Amino acid sequence: MSHAEDHAGTRRDFLYYATAGAGAVTAGAAVWPLVNQMNPSADVQALASIRVDVSGVEVGTQITVLFQGKPVFIRRRTQEEIDEARAVEMSELIDTDDRNANKPGLEATDENRALDEAGEWLVMMGVCTHLGCVPLGDGAGDFHGWFCPCHGSHYDTAGRIRKGPAPQNLHIPAVAIIDESTIQLG
Amino acid sequence: MAGIPHDHYEPKTGIEKWLHSRLNVVGLAYDTLMIPTPKNLNWMWIWGIVLAFCLVLQIATGVVLVMHYTPHVDLAFASIEHIMRDVNGGHMIRYMHMNGASLFFVAVYAHIFRGLYYGSYKAPREVTWIIGMLIYLVMMGTAFMGYVLPWGQMSFHGTAVITGLFGAIPGIGESIQTWLLGASAVGQPALNRFFSLHYLLPFVLAGLVILHIWAFHTTGNNNPTGVEVRRGSKAEAEKDTLPFWPYFVIKDVFALAVILVVFFAIVGFMPNYLGHPDNYIEANPLATPAHIVPEWYFLPFYAILRAFTADVWLVQLVSFVTGGIIDAKFFGVLAMFGAIAVMALAPWLDTSSVRSGRYRPMFKWWFAILCVDFMVLMWVGARPTEFPYDWISLIGSAYWFGYFLVILPLLGVLEKPITPPATIEDDFNAHYGKDADASAAE
Repeated sequence: MSHAEDHAGTRRDFLYYATAGAGAVTAGAAVWPLVNQMNPSADVQALASIRVDVSGVEVGTQITVLFQGKPVFIRRRTQEEIDEARAVEMSELIDTDDRNANKPGLEATDENRALDEAGEWLVMMGVCTHLGCVPLGDGAGDFHGWFCPCHGSHYDTAGRIRKGPAPQNLHIPAVAIIDESTIQLG
Repeated sequence: MAGIPHDHYEPKTGIEKWLHSRLNVVGLAYDTLMIPTPKNLNWMWIWGIVLAFCLVLQIATGVVLVMHYTPHVDLAFASIEHIMRDVNGGHMIRYMHMNGASLFFVAVYAHIFRGLYYGSYKAPREVTWIIGMLIYLVMMGTAFMGYVLPWGQMSFHGTAVITGLFGAIPGIGESIQTWLLGASAVGQPALNRFFSLHYLLPFVLAGLVILHIWAFHTTGNNNPTGVEVRRGSKAEAEKDTLPFWPYFVIKDVFALAVILVVFFAIVGFMPNYLGHPDNYIEANPLATPAHIVPEWYFLPFYAILRAFTADVWLVQLVSFVTGGIIDAKFFGVLAMFGAIAVMALAPWLDTSSVRSGRYRPMFKWWFAILCVDFMVLMWVGARPTEFPYDWISLIGSAYWFGYFLVILPLLGVLEKPITPPATIEDDFNAHYGKDADASAAE
């Protein structure tokens, strides 16, 4: 802009914009803490890993433990359950990602989802991937694994979604075997 | 206030004049209460008063319940039992609050469907309608958060499901869900903040209600004929209207009294009829109740949420076109919120030049089907997701969207409406006037 057009309004316009801008930044800075306070607090974030004693879990049964406010299924599978899960072809699955935090991005084979080589232990979040209900276990549903009663999602004996509205296999959290009677979550 | 000409407040005594020149509060109350109201309003125009009563009832009972309630995961359930057993009259106050929510929704659905039939949403009342839809949304949010507070099984797992809806948003959903819950799962942070918001939102509602009333006091009430009040002069307007006080207040209060007889019969003799026994079991994160069902007033939209599963071709098409971003889960969420959005857009989707359904011979039938559809969705929302219920909810959902997106726009073109009466006075006299009496006597 040439100096000749620099009429009295320009300086005032600049002040308007500067004031409005400063006001918007101040309002944003004031609102952000009010929004951010709703995010998980320090004590919620500081949930350490937990160790679970699994010595009492018989073959063909499962226990459910609470980890970070959510249920975790720890199932000791029978040979029939393992065989049934390993007989499934990838083409039959709705979700072919193994959803395993320990082996991310692999195919949803039973070998990639089970905790040990033999496939005896299966550890998964007990949270339906549809809307977060807790599925029923012990052979429930059309595929003898888990069944979510809320909206009718059927999971097989490897916890893979086979039928119903859930989009993904049951998620597998970070988990490790410490010794023959202890499993560590997180 | 602009609009229908009528007498305004004139301060007469000294003290009235003194106050009036300082704060025009009496004048505001007078002009609000003396608003000229179409004299042909039928019994479907009582729900506004019922709704106002419900809001006051819920705030009054809610404020006293908070004096005895503890928003803590270990104590909330026990504090509800404390209210039920120990607090003087506590069981009655809680049952009134619980069933008051149901009365609130009965009234709001009657009120909304009244508006849909008589074209109350049409110009110039779009703003009233939109504010009404906002009121409805805030009501649903308030009712949902209130249901969490007793910390029963349905409270807990219902919260998991409903906040899971936000988790379905692609990409940012999980962060939003965590932000809403204050943790990765439902727990103490969620209970605490829902308690805070459940106390706050009714006052937001009160503010919106004032705007709602202000909006339709600006345009004037609709009425069963959909014909506007003549407003050329005060004398002309008075042929079509009567002041709200005392005529309509007395009528509305009579209707409210009848409704309260039924309400207190339910509160007194079957207070848990509309609830779920599972919510009298304390919340347990490790076990979901076998059958999660929301409260009855959410069921129609819950049915729409569940209707669109991955095997519906429309869901597959949308998923394919969007490259999988909109999957079945997100589609269901969009459908549920969309069902309310299309209703909010009714003023612009309805193309008919005639306002009231009374003079629309084809519309009447489609509207009757919509009412049935709403009841069917409410029924099917509580059924398991199996054949034939999945098909019924899909057909019901399709009709809901079809009514607003296809039928309303097309009817305005295809339908030949009956000519409405020229004035409200004509309609009134045909029903109640001297001519009607004479013809009845003949």
